[in-house]
This record gives sequence, structure tokens and C-alpha cells, in this order.
Amino acid sequence: MLQFMLLFSRQGKLRLQKWYVPYQDKLKKKVTRELISTVLTRKPKMCNFLEWRDLKVVYKRYASLYFCCAIEESDNELLTLEIIHRYVELLDKYFGSVCELDIIFNFEKAYFMLDELMIGGEVQETSKKNVLKAIQAQDLLQEDGNLDFVKLPPTGFSEKELLSRKLK
Amino acid sequence: MPAVKGEGMRGLAVFISDIRNCKSKESEVKRINKELANIRSKFKGDKTLDGYQKKKYVCKLLFIFLLGHDIDFGHMEAVNLLSSNKYTEKQIGYLFISVLVNETSELIQLVTENLKNDLGSRNPININLALHCIANIGSKAMAEALGSEVPKLLVSSDTIDQVKQSSSLCLLRLYRTQPEAIPKGEWQNRVIHLLNDQHMGVVTAASSLIHDLALTATDDYKGAVSLAVSRLSRIVTSSYTDLQDYTYYFVPAPWLAVKLLRLLQLFPPPDDPAVRGRLNECLETILNKAQEPPKSKKVQHSNSKNAVLFEAINLIIHHDSEPNLLVRACNQLGQFLQHRETNLRYLALESMCHLASSEFSREAVKKHLETVVNALKTERDVSVRQRAVDLLYAMCDKSNADEIVGEMLDYLESADYSIREEMVLKVAILSEKFAVDYTWYVDTILNLIRIAGDYVSEEVWYRVIQIVINREDVQGYAAKTVFEALQAPACHENMVKVGGYILGEFGNLIAGDPRSNPLVQFNLLHSKFHLCSPGTRGLLLSTYIKFINLFPEIKPTIQEVLKNDNQLRNADAELQQRAVEYLKLSVISSADILATVLEEMPPFPERESSLLAKLKKKTGEAGGTIDEKEPGKEKKEKKPQQLPTSIEINNVGESSTDEMAAAPPTLSMDLLGLDNTPASQPSVMSLFDTTAAPAAAPMNNTAAAPTNGAIFDVFDPTPAPGDVTSLTPGAEESFKKFICKNNGVLFESELLQIGVKSEFRANLGRLGLFYGNKTSYQFANFSAVVSTPETLQTALKVTTDQVGTVIEAGAQVQQMITIECLREFEETPILHVQFSASAAPEEIESVGSGVRQFINVKVPVMISHFFSGVAMTSDDFFNRWKQLSLPQQEAQKIFQATTSMDTEIDKGKLIGFGLTLLTDVDPNPDNFVGAGIIHTQESQIGCLLRLEPSKNAKMYRLTLRTSKQLVSQRLLELLLTQF
Repeated sequence: MLQFMLLFSRQGKLRLQKWYVPYQDKLKKKVTRELISTVLTRKPKMCNFLEWRDLKVVYKRYASLYFCCAIEESDNELLTLEIIHRYVELLDKYFGSVCELDIIFNFEKAYFMLDELMIGGEVQETSKKNVLKAIQAQDLLQEDGNLDFVKLPPTGFSEKELLSRKLK
Repeated sequence: MPAVKGEGMRGLAVFISDIRNCKSKESEVKRINKELANIRSKFKGDKTLDGYQKKKYVCKLLFIFLLGHDIDFGHMEAVNLLSSNKYTEKQIGYLFISVLVNETSELIQLVTENLKNDLGSRNPININLALHCIANIGSKAMAEALGSEVPKLLVSSDTIDQVKQSSSLCLLRLYRTQPEAIPKGEWQNRVIHLLNDQHMGVVTAASSLIHDLALTATDDYKGAVSLAVSRLSRIVTSSYTDLQDYTYYFVPAPWLAVKLLRLLQLFPPPDDPAVRGRLNECLETILNKAQEPPKSKKVQHSNSKNAVLFEAINLIIHHDSEPNLLVRACNQLGQFLQHRETNLRYLALESMCHLASSEFSREAVKKHLETVVNALKTERDVSVRQRAVDLLYAMCDKSNADEIVGEMLDYLESADYSIREEMVLKVAILSEKFAVDYTWYVDTILNLIRIAGDYVSEEVWYRVIQIVINREDVQGYAAKTVFEALQAPACHENMVKVGGYILGEFGNLIAGDPRSNPLVQFNLLHSKFHLCSPGTRGLLLSTYIKFINLFPEIKPTIQEVLKNDNQLRNADAELQQRAVEYLKLSVISSADILATVLEEMPPFPERESSLLAKLKKKTGEAGGTIDEKEPGKEKKEKKPQQLPTSIEINNVGESSTDEMAAAPPTLSMDLLGLDNTPASQPSVMSLFDTTAAPAAAPMNNTAAAPTNGAIFDVFDPTPAPGDVTSLTPGAEESFKKFICKNNGVLFESELLQIGVKSEFRANLGRLGLFYGNKTSYQFANFSAVVSTPETLQTALKVTTDQVGTVIEAGAQVQQMITIECLREFEETPILHVQFSASAAPEEIESVGSGVRQFINVKVPVMISHFFSGVAMTSDDFFNRWKQLSLPQQEAQKIFQATTSMDTEIDKGKLIGFGLTLLTDVDPNPDNFVGAGIIHTQESQIGCLLRLEPSKNAKMYRLTLRTSKQLVSQRLLELLLTQF
């Protein structure tokens, strides 16, 4: 079972956190700090897995963003990498060339998307089509129907790097 | 331009970009505080907010929280959103709840109400929202409130696929959190058939649920095996177009395939030859595919293909029954060892460790020795090197120990600090385990100390001393080698300790050589004295007094040293005391007394190496859990100090001499045991320690000596118990009274009372039986003997004292029984008592008088009496719990409570049973978790216990895990009677 998933930037800023185990807030913060610094100090060619406390950590970097999952001893590391990848693909498809900024501004959507892919730390639907269908069905229920894009001044460059750069 | 997609909460987007424009932390905090004040006033204001506004503010709060700030309001508004009839408002409400509301919140009741409503909704999209929320944050309270709803949704025929998927995983969450809260029923039979469902997403979700359900009740879910095999078979044989969107980068349904392979790992190989054949075909197909050229160059393709392959290899290893598959798996992993992908090399090393333990693939693994050694030297990633060390350790045996240990020693010089201690332990264990020639072993350990002295733990150097003491053939060599090693100008303190101890015991063996004559030895050791810590100095002082015994010619030199103010007036009380005592001893005692006091250490009884225990602990520690406990606060593993019992009383007269002979005293404590008592109070504690060899040895002797004990056998002169051998009524019940305590009344009638006082240490026990004559007349021809069933004779050695044949009126007679537990056992020895009550004339009418009385009761000794409790941390506990996950290692029973279920009473019983209760291990504070070790002469059996009371249902669930099926089962039987 996946215990938690963290998304953080190269600068160590946490962008998304999903906990499937009930840790206290204090512990969550401690774990997050520790993992971010552990992962950020690893070199590019190193392997994507590490033993960490009694868990296995699987992480992968997409452009400016690190995706980092903690799984249990008996879980499959390689497939966890692909859960991350599938999630990135889904975000990419939904936002249309996703970048870190999209996740910052639409964090709630990123959460909803994740819930369709996996809940309770287990994969529930691996079909890209089916997940996107579910999300679109949700969007159709928007009563205000307000789909305008908010125009914002551009900020730092790295956050606009397309996560999908690695995808293609 | 970042696009805010969806409902476009403009205010939120503006706020986020404001925050991002803040140049400093201070301005960010200022902006946030302003916003918090704004939201607070909106929430408090008189104007009722509409749903959209509430949603927007709740979302802002969520964002602020995710930035790392504390949020202490807004929860109520979020809960309000749950009952909104607008989907997006509800959705944001649930998001806030799953991120910010914890189990203990008082709002949880309201949340649960809303969840219940949504689960009952007609709209599947609302049902799904509720299911997602429960699956993500489900707590015990939720399990109790909603546990009966979810299974219905799962198996109902009206349920749409998406809801089935969510409810599978939702039920899984609740089941993991509180299994008792899920009502049993028809759904359990139907759930495995979801493996046949048309919808791949449903199967994917359901297979996770079935896995966990079957985890604790494999028998009930046996039916899943053939279903899983046939599903798996369909997947691996399908072409990548067949499964459409469930094919991932040309790999058909990798997630589902992996889940099915994991599910199958819960079961033994299928009994049905057809199913078994089909499964083996699947596994072969997966292995074959690994050899096919890749269908895509993308890493996603190879990752998902290999994910399935590794899981298939795990299953092959789990079955451990198909030599052909095992060897193929090994060859495949061998290829990966040289793969350019670091990930694959890492996983291959890890997986090969498991293959190394199978007799079928062991040899195949060993072929890769060179590659693995190479990995150790060239891998740039320490986590990969760590795996290489693990694999070398796993593949080591007599044939390659020399090479592996050599390579590990080489590597140790440059090894990463993080893995040194573990490597040292591994080298020490391997060199001991596979030593053909013990000189090699001694060399290796001394090398270890030279290369990585700081990482050589006490256990390691204790162990080398223990082995040298036990092996006469190596003692001279050891003395010579340590002497040489000590010549080095800078040698590690651990070397001084080993050197001091060994020369103190065996220095005489090399004293003939003028280059290492007594004075040279002494001067060499003493030249290190001033650089050492007090502990080591204490050890050296003991060496010096031993030298006085071994080499009387240097007595004056040593006495000078002991007399020196540096010793006699040392601020360290222990050193001072030793100097004073040793000096006095050397002055007042004759050579004979000295020789007796300082006699060579007796051999240590062979037991499981404490190094292995340390390694297990170490691997646990290196992992650690995600626990809030600070490592420093964890309690040291420490046996409770017990007062000396009569077992040792015999030895008390000698114990002070034992203590000196065994100096450093801590040695005698820790060498054999798992005891981690800190070494700070050595002399006092060793007196009390029964694990010490000197105390144990005499005990064995008396037990074996035939003079004062009569082992019951055919030659025994005591009269046989007679025909009446069946158990006296009530014997069973009174036996049960001793399961959780050691003292009590074993038998009582109008004539006789038999009381028991017993004590147990390690694998030894002593029972005092007290026969009380309750009458006013004499018992004649009294006899009390113990018989041991034949099957028990290899497991228990029972020695019984004889008792007099007469018990006077009103008198009490005592009989001692000594018991040595050789191996685990189930049955019980029987005590046969018989006597004639020769009554005085006036009492001739009273019951039973004058008649030959036969009483047969069970001797209250059971395997649990040889427990010693073990304290361990939560992560240690879970590691070991997981290690004992084979079905036969576990015994479990759910049963109706026959007692009041009082927590304190239950606790007392478990402690009386012999376990150490561990707090903060089980997330549910009502549950009991305990650990202990059963000591038998043959082995030590670790035992873990979990007792889960359910007061509502008046039920208990009791689970025991030990490495031996018989033990788990027996402990379960014993404990069942107590609750």
C-alpha cells in the first residue's frame, strides 16, 4: 500500500501532499522535511529507490517537480514509478501540457485527479480514458459553468517547464 | 500564462498569485494573516454566505494550510459544504475534510452523518465522493458507523462499475482499520468472483481487497487461487491490443497482473494439477517475454514489463518448488545485474538475496559472485552497494566464505559510514559461521577491529572471546596474534580489550617465548592503559590480577601498579574498588586460593549467536519507523532486575569470585544473551545474572547428578504409581491456574493439600511441591513421583527429589522438582501421589481414611514458563511480525470472552504468562501487544502476541506468531483458557 505521496519543487517547496496513513501534523512535517532533503541531495544517475526507515521510497523528477511516494516492503517499486508516470500523464492531458504552475493554481484539481487514479493508497483505475471521463463528468457538474482562465503575470521560469518534457 | 481551469474561483487565483509575489517570508506571513482575518470575519459576520463564497474561503484556507501554516477555524464551514446540493461545493468540502480533519476531531460525527447520507444517495457521483473520502481517511469510528453499508454496495447487482471500484478500496480501508467492524456475510463468498468481472478496473480494485482479506484467512479465500490464475493467464497471453486502454506501453494490464501475482503469494502452490500447470505456464510466459526484444524504447515499457517479471519471480521464490523456474529466474536476474539501468541492478540484487536461500537456486546465484563483488566496488549509489553487501551475505557458504569475507573486509576500508556497522556484524557472523579453521576466524575479527574498530560493537568482540575460550585449539594462536596486534603503535581500544582479556586467560601459552615473556606482555598492555576509557582499564586490572596468578614472578611489578594512587584513589569508584580488592587478594591469599579464584573461565554453553540478534535489531534500527518517538527516548532493552533466587543461592558463596574471574563482569552477562543492559554497573549486576556462564554451569551439574535426585524410570526404587493412573477430577482445571502464575494450590481434598511454588530462569525451572497433611493422623507409605510421557522425554529433563514415606498429622513436606527444557513441548508430566491414611480410631469413620489414596495431577509446567519478556520498539516489533508471516507460524483464534474483560486483569494475565507488554505499538490502545523469548536448550524461540478485545461483541481475537508452528499453537491453547 502506498503510504503517502509528496510533490515538491527543485527548491524544496511542497506542492502537493497526500497521506493515506493517519500521521499527526507534526510528524507529517518532519517526514516531509526529511524526505525532501534526502531526495534533493541524490544525484541524477542514482537509482530511483531508497530504503527509508521501514519504508521504500520511490521518486522521480519531472522537469522542476519531484514526485515522491513511500510504499511498503512488499510493494512493487517499478510499478510505483509508473503510477507516478500515469499521474503525470493524466495531469498533462487534463491541463494540456502541464507545468508546476498549473498544479499550484489548481491544486484541488490535482487532488481530484489523484483520487480517481488511486484511493486509500491502492490503484483503483489505470485506464487513462476512464479517469479522464470521470473528471470530465465532474467538470460538467459545475453549476457556475465559469470556465474562464485567469490571466496572471508570468513568474519564475522553472515552474513553467513542462512536466511532459520527460514524457515525449 | 497559468490557466485556472474549472470553476474559476477568481479570488483564490488572485490570492495565490499574491502569495507568490511576496518577496520575503515576512511579507508572505503578513499577506496570509490579512487573508485569515478577512475569512474569519466573513465566517463570523451576520451576512449569511452563499455556497460559492463558502467554497472559495474554505479553498483558501486549504491552500494556506498546504503552505505549511496552521489552520484553527473553518472546519465547521467545510462540514456545511458536505450537505450542499451543488457537487463542486460538496467536493471541496470533502477535500478539506480529508486533508485537515483528523480522527479525533469532534466534527467527525457530523462528517460521518454526511458520509452516510451520501452513501445512500441515488446519484453515483455522490456515492463515489463519500467512498473516496472514507477510503482516504477512514477511521475506526467510521468503520463502526459505516462498516455494514459498504459491503452491500460492493456486491449489489445495481451498483455501477465505478462505485464497485471505489467501494472495494473503501472496504479495504475499513477492513484494515477495524476488521471486526465489517459484518461477515454473503458478500465474502461473492467478493472473490469480482476477479471474473468484465471491467478491468473493477478487478484491479477488487484484487487489492481480496489480497488483504485473504491475508489473515487464507483458507476462507482459497477459491481465489484458481480465479486469479485464470485471470492472470488471460492477461499474459493477450496481445497488447486486446486490453485496449488497460495496456500500458505495450504491456497488458501490468497493475492487475502484479496484484494477482501478489495475491497468489499468499497461498502455497495450487493443489489442482491443472491450475498449477496453468500458473507455471503463466510464469514461463512472463520469463519468456523478458527475453523478447522490447516493443518500445520507452522506459515505461521496460519498467512495467519488469515490474510484472519481478513479481513473478517473487512468486516463484515463494513457491520454492519448481527448480527449473528458480534457475531461470536466477539467470534473468543475472542479466539485470549488468544492466545499464541502475534501478534494475538494484532490484536484481535485492531479489537475488531471496533466491540465495532456496536450495534449488543457491548454486545458480553463487555463479554471480564476481559480478556482485564488482558491484560493491564500482556502484556509485550507496543504496545499490548496500544491496550488494546484503546479497554477498546471503550467498555466502563454506565454499566461498574465504573470498566473500576477504572482499567485504577490503571494501570496509572505504565503505560508507552509514553501512559500516552492519558490514562489521555481517563479516563477524560469516567468519564464525563458516570458519573451517578458527585461526582464520581470529585473524578476521582482529582485522575487523584494525580496519573498523569504531564500528565493532561489544557483541562482536565478546563473541571472539567466547569462541577462543571454548576452543582450546585456537587459544595459543589467539594469544600470539593479539600480542602481535598490540605491538602496533596506535591500536584501537577494542583491540586492547580483546588483547587484555585473551592474554589474561591464555598469556601463559606464549610466555615461554622470551619475546613475549610475562613482563613483556604486562608492559605491552600497561603501555596502553593510560589511553583507555575506564571500562577498558577495569578490564585490564582484572587481567593484571590474573597475571599475578599466572606469573607469580611479576607479582611485585603488578602490585606496584595496583598500589599507585592513580588506581587506589581513582575518582572512578569501580576502578578504585577493583584496585583495592585485587591488591588485597594478591597480598592475603595463598597461591592455591588465588589459583581457584582466578581459574580459567569455563566454556560458555553454546547458544544462538548474539550477533544475529544484534544484526536483526540493527536492520530494524537502520530502518526505524515513522514514529514520533525519539530514538533516545526509547527504552533500552533491559530485563527487569530480579532478585537472586534459590537457583543461584548455591552459588552466592562463590559469586564474588565468579565475578572476578569473569572480569570484565559485563562479559558474563552479554556474551550469550540478548541482554542489552548497559555496562555501567558491572560488578553488582553480574551477581544477579543467571545467564552468566558460571552460574549456569553448576546448575547443570546438579541437575545431572544422580545422587540427590531420582529420575523416574524403570529402575527407580520408588514404588510405581499403581494402576490408578488416570487424572484425578479437577486436575485439568487446577493446571490451568498455573498458566499465568507460578504459585498456587495444585490439589486440595479433605486430606491433602498440594501447593506449588515455582521459578523459572531461561530453560531451567524449579518447582517446590508442598504436601500438607490436613488431617490429625499420619500418612503412611507416602510416595510422590513424576512420570513423563514418552514423547516428552526428549523435550524435558525432569529430576525429582525423594520425599519421606511418612507425613505426620498436620505437617507439611516439601519436594523439589528440577526441570530442564531441552526443546519445545506440548504435553505435561504427571505427578502421582499415593499414601495410606492410617487414622486414629475415633476418626475411622471419616472420609477416605484407611484407604490407599491415589492422586494424579498434572505438574504445572508448560512451555510458556520458559519465557522471558522482551521489550522492543514498535518498528522492531513490526519487522519481526512481518518476518513471521508464514501461515504455519501464526496461530489465531477469535473467541467469546468468559471473563469480565477488565483491561488491568488482562494485562496482569499476559504479564504473568511471561511476555513483556509493549505499549505504543498497536494503534488501538485497547489491544495488547507483547513479545518474549522461549528458552530451550536447543533453541530460543521468539514469540509475538496480539490480543484484541472487542468489548461490544464480548469477543477476543488472539494471535500468536512464533517461528515454530507447534509453539504458536500450544501457546494459543494455553492462553485461550484464560480469557
